[in-house]
Amino acid sequence: MPRGTPRPVTGDVSAARPVLDGDELGRAISRIAHEILERTHGGTDTVLLGIPTRGVALATRLADRMSTFEGVRPPTGSLDVTLHRDDLHLRGLRALQVTDLPVDGVDGKVVVLVDDVLFSGRTIRAALDALLDTGRPRAVQLAVLVDRGHREVPIRADYVGKNIPTSLRETVHVLLREYDDRDGVLLGPASGVDAPA
Amino acid sequence: MSAWVFRGARVCGGPPTDLAFADGRVVAEAPVGAQVYDADGLIALPGLVDLHTHLREPGREDAETVETGTRAAALGGFTAVHAMANTDPVADTAGVVEQVWRLGQVAGHCDVHPVGAVTVGLGGQQLAELGAMADSAARVRVFSDDGHCVDDAVLMRRALEYVRAFDGVIAQHAQEPRLTEDAQMNEGVISAQLGLVGWPAAAEEAVIARDCLLAGHVGSRLHICHVSTVGSVDILRWAKARGIRVTAEVTPHHLLLTDELATSYDPVFKVNPPLRTAADVTALRDALADGTIDAVATDHAPHALEDKETEWAAAAFGMVGLETALSVVVAAMVDTGRLDWAGVADRMSLRPARIGRLSGQGRPLEPGAPAHVVLVDPAARRVVDPAAMASRSRNTPYAGRQLPAAVVATFLSGRPTVLDGKLT
Amino acid sequence: MNRHLLSAGDLSRDDALLIVHTAEELARISDRPIKKLPTLRGRTVVNLFFEDSTRTRLSFEVAAKRLSADVINFSTKGSSVSKGESLKDTALTLEAMGADAVVVRHSASGAPHRLAGWISGAIVNAGDGTHEHPTQALLDAFTMRRRLGRLEGLRVAIVGDILHSRVARSNVLLLDTLGAEVSVVAPPTLMPVGVGSWPCTVSFDLDAVLPKCDVVMMLRVQRERMAGAYFPSAREYSRRYGLDAPRMATLPDTAIVMHPGPMNRGMEIAAEVADSVRSTIVEQVANGVAVRMAVLYLLLGGDSS
Repeated sequence: MPRGTPRPVTGDVSAARPVLDGDELGRAISRIAHEILERTHGGTDTVLLGIPTRGVALATRLADRMSTFEGVRPPTGSLDVTLHRDDLHLRGLRALQVTDLPVDGVDGKVVVLVDDVLFSGRTIRAALDALLDTGRPRAVQLAVLVDRGHREVPIRADYVGKNIPTSLRETVHVLLREYDDRDGVLLGPASGVDAPA
Repeated sequence: MSAWVFRGARVCGGPPTDLAFADGRVVAEAPVGAQVYDADGLIALPGLVDLHTHLREPGREDAETVETGTRAAALGGFTAVHAMANTDPVADTAGVVEQVWRLGQVAGHCDVHPVGAVTVGLGGQQLAELGAMADSAARVRVFSDDGHCVDDAVLMRRALEYVRAFDGVIAQHAQEPRLTEDAQMNEGVISAQLGLVGWPAAAEEAVIARDCLLAGHVGSRLHICHVSTVGSVDILRWAKARGIRVTAEVTPHHLLLTDELATSYDPVFKVNPPLRTAADVTALRDALADGTIDAVATDHAPHALEDKETEWAAAAFGMVGLETALSVVVAAMVDTGRLDWAGVADRMSLRPARIGRLSGQGRPLEPGAPAHVVLVDPAARRVVDPAAMASRSRNTPYAGRQLPAAVVATFLSGRPTVLDGKLT
Repeated sequence: MNRHLLSAGDLSRDDALLIVHTAEELARISDRPIKKLPTLRGRTVVNLFFEDSTRTRLSFEVAAKRLSADVINFSTKGSSVSKGESLKDTALTLEAMGADAVVVRHSASGAPHRLAGWISGAIVNAGDGTHEHPTQALLDAFTMRRRLGRLEGLRVAIVGDILHSRVARSNVLLLDTLGAEVSVVAPPTLMPVGVGSWPCTVSFDLDAVLPKCDVVMMLRVQRERMAGAYFPSAREYSRRYGLDAPRMATLPDTAIVMHPGPMNRGMEIAAEVADSVRSTIVEQVANGVAVRMAVLYLLLGGDSS
């Protein structure tokens, strides 16, 4: 398997209805970029780490916006959490994704973890473990495009593109041009009995 | 009641007829009051004779006894078996062969003819008292160190010569020992893949060639056990053409199975000589059909479970075969058009009896012949179930395999040992 | 992936590449200060070694521990038969302990296949008799790919005791699957009957092969083979099939020299070759951990269905 191949969107996209169109998605990213600049005092000593696969593209877009707004582009990278997941024995095998940290590492930095959807919080729990095995950041923050609720661990996001109340029988599809034919967020029926991820 | 009539039986595959016998002999007409057995569609053959059976008693009664082994033989359609000498103690004295012979008499499921060891303790060093065994109550005529090759050329020559005095025969287990040290399976493509030590065909062929030359030189009878290779067949054909008095047997498993089965590493397929290639199987079938190979012999080799439930190299050689022999021969020879039923009778009864010098066995089913008869249903199909076998051991390579034909009844001297497929 | 890793021949091209790619990600983790991962927490890996091999056992042990599996080492010298306890009894004991994976090294070819029939956990063949050693082949392929950047079309010569070598069998099968062009080189006595059916070319002439290879893999040749008359003397073997400095000089400039260890310096490989910059012998050991982590992760990382 080539490095960084995205997992396909699960569930039936054709049966889903849009909750964010491409423009709205772009504005949400811009707003988060502003908020990060504000909270990190201009993004100095800040690192954006995306969680594969769509979190990596989002982290890159955020860094690009921050660069446009302030002229400073924070380093970005990717952090695969597969080996730290607590549900490996409950699911089929997952191929490893890329972990690619900036050359200066994360020691003493403000690390902003970036993911597409915040759901149970377990992925972020695994990401914190994975991150702390690589070094000791000064602070860790979390940015997500969509928060759909249903937390199973005490984790909250510092930056949220859009809160979308959902039922457990629904699936959130985040589409990004890097991987999909367009930008947008869709809400549709769940594909099966997937537990929150 | 000792008179029976098989109504509609096809004797050796001939037209349906009434086959009758009374007082242990075949008769031309059924006497009044004979029991009638509906044999419509069944084939009647003279009782089968096995030249090569391991009954394991004395010594390994956990694997087989004369009682359980002869029950298996009767179910397989046999009325006589030759019990191999590699027991513990070895059947190398008149005392041991008489013990085995008596156990067979007591069991009563088929005639048991002990094979005497050629050398003391199968040690390959000193001739056993062959004459004493021949003169004993067991009247031994076949001598073999089976399991071991009589490797010493001088000893082999002497044995061949010596048994002429009582019309005996040496049955050679042809295996050059140095070429087969630690050998595990046929040497070839599969052994190379599996990393198992190879047993080259040349190790069998070299001994057969030597012994044929020796037998020709001294004018003795020689019998070759479990021939397994193309090359062996070629040598036998050459020797017979030269008038050398050599006979040979092939096992059912060498007529059907190949070394590819070893890829499972399941030692149920581990046997000596080893399963060979498809080309060998074809040559053996052809040789049995044209008479180059005289007889089918089972080499029934029961082993206790713990001797097979191991890694391949640690497992014992051998497979049970009495209860499946006829079906395998049908699959390999009859269904492929190589032998008709008369041919089956010849290779599994007449010729082996002649090689073993058993005057009361292997006789055509004509008036006056002993009433050793097996009735076979040629249309039956059965899936081999090891758990259902009469043998004390379960090491059949055919488990789960569907085989053609089934033994319906076996009669020993006019008395049923198997009726309706079950022991009486 | 199959449930077990018994033979390199059981791996499809996709399976083999998945293992190599996974090992690459895991190798990066082995470069950082904190090497331990929680991935296989609560899983039990048994190292069942019926044959001495400290190197292979340690490699698997480190791999399993880096993934946080519980590791039980079960070593017993000699064959199970001579110990009185059968392989099956050992299998039933491990089954009762609830082993999720059993890494087995055994002197009998096919012993891992037998265990796979008796144990519900995953079986990893860590070398069985003269049959196979699939993780060695995987780490060799991984090492070639790291050094030379590719496997497809790579010309690999495997030199030495092909007849008795489990490393050779696994490498021929795996490298063929991965698109390399393999030749085996040995005196005819150390070539199995039936080698003609293997997916490789066969040569008895090392000097003819060397200028045309990207990788030369030297196999250990045991001096005891002389007793079996496989070759007349260690000196003659070394002269005809040993890799010394003048022979190494005939290799293409980029070619690498591999050896699965343990080496017989002065027999199949000269000391200056073993210690040269072309030699990957130390790397192979390090890469072994990453590859075995990948195998354990891929066999145990998902649900058991």
